[in-house]
Amino acid sequence: MNPRRKQRLIAVSTVVVVIGAAIGLMLYALGQNIDLFYTPSEIVQGKDGVKPRVGQRLRVGGLVVPGSVKRDENSLAVTFDLVDTGPIVQVSYQGILPDLFREGQGIVATGHLSAANQILAEEVLAKHDEEYMPPELAEAMKGIKHVKPQDANYN
Amino acid sequence: MLAELGHFSLVLALFLAILLSVYPLWGAQHGQVQLMRAARPLAVGMFLFTAFAYLCLTQGFLDHDFSLAYVAHNSNSQLPWYYRITAVWGGHEGSFLLWVLIFSLWTVAVALFSRSIPLEILSRVLAILGLVGVGFYLYILLASNPFERLLPFYPVDGRDLNPLLQDFGMIIHPPMLYMGYVGFSVVFAFAIAALIAGRLDSTWARWSRPWTLAAWVFLTLGIALGSWWAYNELGWGGWWFWDPVENASFMPWLVGTALLHSLAVTEKRKVFKSWTVLLAIAAFSLSLLGTFLVRSGILVSVHSFASDPTRGLFILGLLVLVIGGSLLLYALRAPQLRSTGRYELLSRETMLIGNNILLSAATLVVLMGTLLPLVHKELGLGSISIGAPFFDQMFIYLVIPFVLLLAMGPISRWKHQPWPALRNQLLTAFSLSLACAALLHFGTDGASYMATLGILLSVWIVFSTVQEVRQRSDGKVARISQLTVSHWGMVMGHLGFAAMILGVAMVTSYSQERDVRMAAGETLNLNGYEFVFLGVEELQGPNYEGHVAKLDVLRKGKKISHLEAEKRFYPVQRSMMTEAAVDVGLTRDLYVALGEQLNNGDWALRIYVKPFVRWIWGGAILMALGGVLSICDKRYRMARLTQSDAPGTSPAGARA
Repeated sequence: MNPRRKQRLIAVSTVVVVIGAAIGLMLYALGQNIDLFYTPSEIVQGKDGVKPRVGQRLRVGGLVVPGSVKRDENSLAVTFDLVDTGPIVQVSYQGILPDLFREGQGIVATGHLSAANQILAEEVLAKHDEEYMPPELAEAMKGIKHVKPQDANYN
Repeated sequence: MLAELGHFSLVLALFLAILLSVYPLWGAQHGQVQLMRAARPLAVGMFLFTAFAYLCLTQGFLDHDFSLAYVAHNSNSQLPWYYRITAVWGGHEGSFLLWVLIFSLWTVAVALFSRSIPLEILSRVLAILGLVGVGFYLYILLASNPFERLLPFYPVDGRDLNPLLQDFGMIIHPPMLYMGYVGFSVVFAFAIAALIAGRLDSTWARWSRPWTLAAWVFLTLGIALGSWWAYNELGWGGWWFWDPVENASFMPWLVGTALLHSLAVTEKRKVFKSWTVLLAIAAFSLSLLGTFLVRSGILVSVHSFASDPTRGLFILGLLVLVIGGSLLLYALRAPQLRSTGRYELLSRETMLIGNNILLSAATLVVLMGTLLPLVHKELGLGSISIGAPFFDQMFIYLVIPFVLLLAMGPISRWKHQPWPALRNQLLTAFSLSLACAALLHFGTDGASYMATLGILLSVWIVFSTVQEVRQRSDGKVARISQLTVSHWGMVMGHLGFAAMILGVAMVTSYSQERDVRMAAGETLNLNGYEFVFLGVEELQGPNYEGHVAKLDVLRKGKKISHLEAEKRFYPVQRSMMTEAAVDVGLTRDLYVALGEQLNNGDWALRIYVKPFVRWIWGGAILMALGGVLSICDKRYRMARLTQSDAPGTSPAGARA
């Protein structure tokens, strides 16, 4: 092979190897960092027939069940229930809740599943908007008649 | 009445933009000087009418004209006057009006400051800007008119400006960011004009460079301001969230940085022409994509304040036209783009193309991370989110080879760099920085490897920059002063990057964050600082009420700071806002945010010690200063002088 071609071959194969490695790394990092979104009923009943494993990282979005927010007396630990259209799940969180966290409000929590219907959250988000509802939740609740929190019967 | 005048003046601006996109281009294609000469006055007119429209809307805010729907939505009679002026860009319609104002400002700047450029080229550039302008003006007139009236029934008082935007950072952040976004339209126009003319040479690169630098400087400052604002206003003490809106501004920045470097190569060595053109197109397209993502509301973000899905379609259409049109033109002309220079594998050209590849890869990572959740959802695969860890991980992988190239590039020669000399310099700089990093690592208790890596990379950049300056001046102090201003610009930009890496590494590894529950009189010990919680008092502001927590900070028993963190309630919008209290320092920030009151009267507080966080923004400012220095280089003005002295080179453009 003449030197010029050889140089080109080296250049091209380096680029290919580098791009391959980059895509590989990216997919690997992606696979570890994708958080699937669930609604409370999907956690309990499964999404497309698949229930999330205990220990899996996920995001959950739902409405905070009125009267369910319980604080620890001595620390910032807090637990509350989330609901959409079916069963409820319990979220535990350690830290300061966002400004707009309120009972009856739609929120999104990111964390992992610590038991079949319990989530240990690392982050709780509520948007700066009175009528905010996570888009995923709005989708899931589409076509369902709105019930005022105080009229609803969650049991 | 004023609002109607403003509306009408926008329509006139649209007509001028249409004329601007037709006449000069026609003139340039057919060599009619008369038509080409129309370009400048048309650009000035477009700017004047847009500025008038903008002033009309501002006056509407100052007058509390709540019959204007936009004013009613974004202002309130209680709002202080300075926020009434900035509220003009607090919502969608107004922020787009600011966008077109800034766009026309750039156009007029090109028209006035490009005397050295031949008239033919200049008219093409202005015509392309006019064409882009037609899209913008049509959009604002058809889809987001800020002058809409609420007649005959209009509200007595307005709905108030979003409290998150009532902050100094927010006053200047959007204009800066827009200056950057829209600035890339100038670079884009230069590239397209050169493609149309079929002349992509080093003069084209030289003309584009100051504009690219200017846009890049504004974008850098805009992003830094946004990050600083989020740090102070969102109350989480984070400086970057990898949030879609942040990513939308970060992508044009990454491509813009690549473009800066590749333009330098194209100017000096006449290579990478097609690559540079592609980057110019990409930078502008990503700016538009950013606007689309932010404005359309298809992505949920902490920063998005003005979104409307139907308008997104219009911007998407514009985006498709711009990308499709320019790529088509590129495809037609690309075969003519022959790079004439030659270079070997080990040369500065290779290092710079390597840096470009890494920056493009970074852009791709951000683009994927931002758009994948969207695509995933549209494909019906369920909704996912890609968290910050993904981006962090990818950027750590990317920054290491990037710094290696940054250390090698400036000390290498163009065309051919002998390996032994480069190896010796590299080894010296690397071993020195390794020694520094190791010393610090083993000198601190519980040192983190990530922080040490950051220090290593940062110090390495500093050493190699020093080497480079020494090499340029042959080691003689007297010759240092002979280095060009733009050379110092590069040095400063690279040092800024080093400062930023250091800041990021320190703050991510050594931040102390504590969410605590405190009663008045209690003390928290964090990282050698004693935070004494004095108590909470009521607070009454002009258009809000709230609570203020007072804390003293002690170090070794001595009081070093007093902090007052606020929690505000804005009754008109019924929203709560956290105003963090920050004690600023070169090596650490003390950060306190007030949470909610708990059942027994205790308060929840967020107390952070953030080491070196200022270095992140300081680094960004250094980078921007580096950009400013580079713009000031004599070379760009010299070109003007020599050209206007040489008779006959450019019949009309050089005079005047």
